[in-house]
Parts: sequence; structure tokens; C-alpha cells
Amino acid sequence: MADIQNYTLNFGPQHPAAHGVLRLVLELDGEMVVRADPHIGLLHRATEKLAEQKTWLQSVPYLDRLDYTSMLINEHPYVMAIERLLGIEVPLRAQYIRVMFDEITRIHNHLLSIGTQALDVGAMTMVLYTFREREDIVDMMEATTGARMHGAYYRPGGVYRDLPGQMPRYEVNKFKNAKTVKALNEARSGSLLDFIEDFTNRFPGYCDDYETLLTDNRIWKQRLVDIGIVSAERALQLGFSGPMLRGSGVEWDVRKKQPYEVYEHLDFDIPVGVNGDCYDRYLVRMEEMRQANRIIKQCVAWLRENPGPVIVDNHKVAPPSREKMKGSMEELIHHFKLFTEGIHVPAGEVYAGIEHAKGEFGVYLISDGANKPYRMKLRSAAFTHLSAMDEMAKGHMIADAVTIIGTMDIVFGDVDR
Amino acid sequence: MSAKLEKLCQNLHSALGERVGSITIALGEVTLVVAAADYLEVAKTLRDHPDLRFEQLIDLCGVDYAAYGKVTATLAVEPAEVPTEVRRFAAVSHLLSISHNWRLRLRVFAADNDFPVVASLTSIWNSANWFEREAFDLFGIMFEGHADLRRILTDYGFIGHPFRKDFPISGYVEMRYDAEQKRVIYQPVTIEPREVTPRIIREENYGASGRG
Repeated sequence: MADIQNYTLNFGPQHPAAHGVLRLVLELDGEMVVRADPHIGLLHRATEKLAEQKTWLQSVPYLDRLDYTSMLINEHPYVMAIERLLGIEVPLRAQYIRVMFDEITRIHNHLLSIGTQALDVGAMTMVLYTFREREDIVDMMEATTGARMHGAYYRPGGVYRDLPGQMPRYEVNKFKNAKTVKALNEARSGSLLDFIEDFTNRFPGYCDDYETLLTDNRIWKQRLVDIGIVSAERALQLGFSGPMLRGSGVEWDVRKKQPYEVYEHLDFDIPVGVNGDCYDRYLVRMEEMRQANRIIKQCVAWLRENPGPVIVDNHKVAPPSREKMKGSMEELIHHFKLFTEGIHVPAGEVYAGIEHAKGEFGVYLISDGANKPYRMKLRSAAFTHLSAMDEMAKGHMIADAVTIIGTMDIVFGDVDR
Repeated sequence: MSAKLEKLCQNLHSALGERVGSITIALGEVTLVVAAADYLEVAKTLRDHPDLRFEQLIDLCGVDYAAYGKVTATLAVEPAEVPTEVRRFAAVSHLLSISHNWRLRLRVFAADNDFPVVASLTSIWNSANWFEREAFDLFGIMFEGHADLRRILTDYGFIGHPFRKDFPISGYVEMRYDAEQKRVIYQPVTIEPREVTPRIIREENYGASGRG
């Protein structure tokens, strides 16, 4: 009989199921994975080194581009870390706006995550539905920040501007007739908050639709149940966080256990898995979307009632208003100094970690008192999750490796930084 | 200072005893600095001691302190001229205890600036694996006892450690397609690093009201 040897398969870097530029070297025994060695860094942009050359404010847009499927939430730990170093208190309205957009981003991320995971394992339709809802979410971001994806909206001391009073509307053109436009504009007749509220009312129904497509789907369950099981103990050892940790049955959520911003005033539940397999993690993400929807509702209700400032009045940190800047010499100097020299952050070090859609996303900042960070370290959840690829994929079929990549919810901007 | 952090400090003192290098509490966070020789033992105690129980290593990163407090962003002197009493490289890890719900920052300095070595934590927390590979790749810190210390983020065949303060932001080589050779080639960089906003450290209370 011929001598049968293991062979090595090169998966990626340009493979549609690799969720970006992942080169995965798989050592196979027949169809079974013996060893998985992810080669990362193909999207390494040295964000941390670049931040050392930029003033504190100039780095904010880089943060959006890390995990480009959950944009605004990335900025959150960075501005939070700066605020802690500066010791400034953020206006309550800004905190609510940030929390609301964190949760909107969480839904955005999970929609993409579940949609593309379904696409990877063969359920083509799912992604069409999730991208339909994603469209509404990027519209919210566009109305608020001016950019559909990379908002650069959170600033040290608050957010860039208040929520818009009017939602932009569609106009009739050669592709959209008056009837279509009227239907599209129905939810957009009021303010942004009206549009978000309308979305939160519709969204649980959409979640039900997704569940009818996937939760009891025989093929979906065959592909996910008992795949990539991680015990609670291993999940802790491997540094898992977020849905990956909760899927293994560990009840840990930074929003509940070490609450930041206004999370302690909000009512929401933490879904926890039982078996620690891909299916449980899918269920956790599904429930997280419903819980995020609940949080958004509460934030909308609060924001309607409580107008107020959205950024601190300290002009060493936040710019003065345009109007004041034009009229007052002192404000002009503040504005000039802020956008040429930048903020001076007292020497010290701080780690700010938040519950990102993918897990714990943390920013570790070391300042030596200059107008630029001395060192910024970004702790991304996807990096740690991907490092467990070998352990999770070992002994599974090659097709399951795709499921496992999907369940990790990795994005290469985030892994490579 | 909250009571919880105070308790953590007490527990650290009682559990580690002599091995505590220094403990500082700042901005609601506890930082523990230990000597490189005690590093592995301390990490083991931190994980297993019932009063500490740091089950998770959240993050580990390298830091190059060579230019700390200096005006230039990159190192102005040659690496060999960094005074020997300045310890350049440190590995900083962030630990999390799920059962006690507290965090700790653990810092260890490598003794030698030219060949920085610290112990590897992979046997204590498996999540240290890639973090240490990253710190090795970007800072050149050697982790003793790491089973698979390869480069992780930089290109295959990359030379140097890009996050060191003496490594220019533009790097040394650039890559382009050469039409004559019909392949991608490496060549020395053609761009020069430029600083748009200078790095400035102001004295305390600079610009405070009531001062000139």
C-alpha cells in the first residue's frame, strides 16, 4: 500500500471565507485538520506606531478603521482612556449618545457577523436580509457623523456634535419613482431619534425572521452544533471575551461587571451559552442584538427628554463653538492652539477596556505629558480569538474550519491593527 | 482610592511578600512592577492564589522607554548610546480576575538593553502566546520558554523591530513592481519621514489663567 502522508493546504490569503486577508496553513490528514497555523499581519498598518506621531485628536479616525464592521464603538475606549488621563467628566447627554451608538454598532456588527457566517456555511439568503437592516444603520451614522462608516464622531470630552433634528430624505430620480421614494421616506419624516425609534420597533420582528431562517434550520444546526467546543476553563485560559466567552457559559460582561458611561442606569440582560459550541455562540449573538435593541430604546427615550451639551466646556480639550471662535479673541487662540498643537495630556498610563461587539476591546495609553501619546497599545478581541484557531480546529473537518473562522467573528483590520 | 483597590493591594503584599517590586495606584488602576527574576513565580501566584485569582491575561505588550519624556518622537541618539542605567524594554500585561472582578497591570523590565530577555507566560496563561510573539516581532523582546517565538505581524523576511523608538516611521525598505524584471522588488525607501506637528512637552500649568 502506498504511504499516505499528511499534506499541507494553504487557505487564503484571498479566500472569501477567510473574512479578510487570513493566510491559514492547514495540515491535513485526509479531510481532518491536524494543525492550523494562521499567518496574520497582511493588513498590518502599524496604527500604534502612527499614533505616536500624531496628536491625540488626529488618531481618532484611525480607530474607526481597525474593526471596520463596528466603527464607532472602536473610538470609545480611546477617548475614554484620554478622558481618564485628563480627569474630565463627560456631559451626561454625550454619554447616552455614545452608549446608543455603541449598541447600534453592536447590532451592525452582529448583523454582518451572522449574515456572513451563514453565507460561509451555505445559507445564501441570510446576508441579503441582514444587509437590508444594515443599510438603515449606516443611514443613522451618515445622518449623525456625515460618514456612512468611518464616523470619527467620539471626541475626548464628548461627541463631535448633537444629533440632527431632521433625517435626510430620498429624492425622486431616474432610478426611484415618486411611489418608491414615498415608501422609503415614511420613517424619515421626523428627526434622527424618530428614525431610530422606528427602527427599534421594527427590529425585533426582523430578528424573528432571522431565527426562522436559521435557529431551527436543519443544515445550519448540522454545521454548527458541537463544532469548535471550548470549555469555560479553556475559554478563560485562552483569553476569550465577549460572545466567545459567554458562549462557553462564563457570565462576564464589562458593561455589567465594571460599568462605564451610563450602562448602570440601563436595563438589559446578558445571554450566556451552555455548550460552548458555534451554535451557542450564534444564539448568544442573536440575543445580544435583541438586548442592544432594548438599550437603544431606553437611550432614545432619555435623549428625547434631556437636551443639553454634548461636549465639555473646557477649551483646552474641546474646541469652542464656531460662533464664539469668530467673535472672541481668547476663543480664537484656544481654537488655534487646539488644532495646531493639540491637547496636552498629563503624564501617566491608563487602560480602558469596553465590551466591544467582538469581545473586550482595550486601549492602553502611556503619556509622558506631550501632545502625542508615548505608546498606544490596542487590545483587540479578534486577535486573541484567532490565536485559539489551532486548538479549536484541531480534529475537525476542513469545512468546519470555515465555520470556526465565522464564529470567531474576526475582522482583519482588528486582528492586524 | 476605593476600598476594593486597597484590598487588592493588601492581598498582593501578603501573597507576594518580598517579591513585590513596587505597587502604585493611579487613575483607579493598580500597577505592580516586579523584577525579571521573580516574574514567572509572581505570575503563577497571581493566577493561583485564592485572594488574587487572576484567571485571564487580557493583554501583553512591549514598551520601549528609551525616548520617554524626550521632545523627539524617535530616538535622537544611536541605540548604543542609551545610558545603561535606563532600562529600555518592558513587557506590560493586563490581568483580569473574573471571580474577584478586579484588574491589575504587571510590568517587568528586561535587564539588558541590547538583548532584552524576559520569561514567557505561555505556560501560565495560554493567551500570552500571540501577545508575546507580537512583542518579540515589534520590539525584539525575547521570551524565554516560549515554544514558537516567530514573527507574527511583519512581512516574511522582515529585518528589524519596527516599534522600537530608533526605527523610523517610514521604515528602511519599500516594495514595488519592477516592469523590467517583471516581479515585485524591495528597494531602499524613497520618502523621508517628516513631522507635521512637532512633539511638545509643556511645563505644568502651562497656559493656566493668571499666567502671562
